[in-house]
Amino acid sequence: MNPLPPDHPGFRGMSSARSRRALLPGFGLSLGFTVVYLGLIVLLPLSAAFARAAGITWPVFWHAVSSPRVIAAYQLSFGASFLAAAVNVFFGLIVAWVLVRYSFPGKKLVDALVDLPFALPTAVAGIALTALYAPDGWIGRLLAPLGITVAFTRLGVFVALTFISLPFVVRTVQPVLAELEPEIEECAATLGATRWQTLTRVILPEVFPSLLTGFALAFARALGEYGSVVFISGNMPKQTEIIPLLILTKLEQFDYDGATALAIVMLVASFSLLLLINLLQKWSRRFQPV
Amino acid sequence: MRRNHLILVFLAAALLGRAGAAELLNASYDPTREFYAEYNPAFAAYWKGKTGETVSIKQSHGGSGSQARAVIDGLDADVVTLALAADIDGIHTKAQLLPANWQQSFPDHSTPYTSTIVLLVRRGNPRQIKDWDDLIKPGIKVVTANPKTSGGARWAYLAAWGYAQLKAGNNPAAGKDFVSKLYSHVPVLDSGARGSTVTFVQRKIGDVLISWENEGFLAQKEFVDQGLEMIVPSASILAEPPVAVVTKIAQQHGTTALATAYLQYLYSPEGQEIAARNYYRPRDPIVAARHATEFPPVRLFTIDRVFGGWTQAQKIHFADGGIFDQIYGN
Repeated sequence: MNPLPPDHPGFRGMSSARSRRALLPGFGLSLGFTVVYLGLIVLLPLSAAFARAAGITWPVFWHAVSSPRVIAAYQLSFGASFLAAAVNVFFGLIVAWVLVRYSFPGKKLVDALVDLPFALPTAVAGIALTALYAPDGWIGRLLAPLGITVAFTRLGVFVALTFISLPFVVRTVQPVLAELEPEIEECAATLGATRWQTLTRVILPEVFPSLLTGFALAFARALGEYGSVVFISGNMPKQTEIIPLLILTKLEQFDYDGATALAIVMLVASFSLLLLINLLQKWSRRFQPV
Repeated sequence: MRRNHLILVFLAAALLGRAGAAELLNASYDPTREFYAEYNPAFAAYWKGKTGETVSIKQSHGGSGSQARAVIDGLDADVVTLALAADIDGIHTKAQLLPANWQQSFPDHSTPYTSTIVLLVRRGNPRQIKDWDDLIKPGIKVVTANPKTSGGARWAYLAAWGYAQLKAGNNPAAGKDFVSKLYSHVPVLDSGARGSTVTFVQRKIGDVLISWENEGFLAQKEFVDQGLEMIVPSASILAEPPVAVVTKIAQQHGTTALATAYLQYLYSPEGQEIAARNYYRPRDPIVAARHATEFPPVRLFTIDRVFGGWTQAQKIHFADGGIFDQIYGN
């Protein structure tokens, strides 16, 4: 697909308006590249999944996406991802806050550490976490007497998802917090606000949209996570099986239809959730103090 | 460790890149790594001596099911050496890359070496595991992989079932009952055989590991300090990992003769010897006699006898909604 030239008939209606408004040159070219790039990298594989799904009859599709085992996996995948993202919203905000507001020795190091879950191959994370939380691991050994087992349980899945999704919250909130000048807080204080009021009335409303974005990104990332979870979850049907694992399991049984059906459900669910959160974000901005 | 992605091991590195050298790609499953690493140079030397042609053999390893899927999806493997016949059947039914009667191409249903399923316990056998029945005693935790994804785990499931069925006078209901109880003792279902070995040996989960015999030997050798003990049950299944030429691909590459010779050589005394050294039970009686002391005697039953062959077993036990799914309440 080639970018349309600005004098192309398709642009006629808007070309005058655009040429007046667009001060940066190269809009047509860069938009063309954007469309082609997104199309090749994102849309093509997705539409291949849909094309494959088109060949599946409705009863087969319904059977594949609604068996009790699959429903248990939805619950775990969505539930654990939601919890992990929620926990990261809370702690991620604190981490971001500390990194923005205070200076302390080793701050650069801590800042770099936040990105580690981004860079680490997820399989490495999974193996490390499993070794740590297995009943004979450093942490698992301490938890075992309390009757808490993490590795190979749903709790383990949650731990892995929390680990891999942390940077998404921190990195979305951090720049917003950085722009929020400390003077605003000082100002609130001089006007007689308590610290709690400053937090809830001044800071939180300001960072709320970015927290939502961070939540959405963390949630979406956790939903798709496979590499680390397979190591730490026990992969037990109806107990610790996540949807991506089920998809792979179906593929290895040559059940391409079943795998595609599940993929479509995940695709639609993730997309609607992201859309919903985007709308929510827009809506929340309306209540932001100017 | 599970290998979801293909790991290509270029073995005959010295031969690579030399013009005119014939090339062969062998898509195999996980525990054969060490075996084919030793077999390939031996075959290359034999082929060179016989025809004067230099051959470079590439290996690809992964879970048996995912390797079959890779071939279906276009991995250019001239030969497949997988964990079970059902996976090669899949290559026929899904992609017609080889004929339906592929299993008649080589002797012994195209399985040049066999193995079986054994039990691995910790030092001193603290829970006194002697036979299959001990696995379903209260409090015993059993580690095995998910039969849906692991070839070895499918053999393990069939071994347990077959034992119970034969013990009850060939009563399949007894088999189902035993296997249902057995999986209620399983705390972790890894997706591959190597994964469950790691779970048992390194994570210290469970009291007993149901394992390939060759994997058990390997684990004992690898973790000498742990003093793992192998318990041979009173009866087990004759596990037959088959081999096949992927005829359509070999024809395209013009390697049909080479690929056939490659698999044929597995049956030669040299090939059998290498298999035995790598803990696979050789078919050749002379080689078998030489290694008789290494392989404990087991009463072995075949999948054909108890389950009516792989196609049947796959459909009844492991397909969606099959008995394995029913055990987990699906």
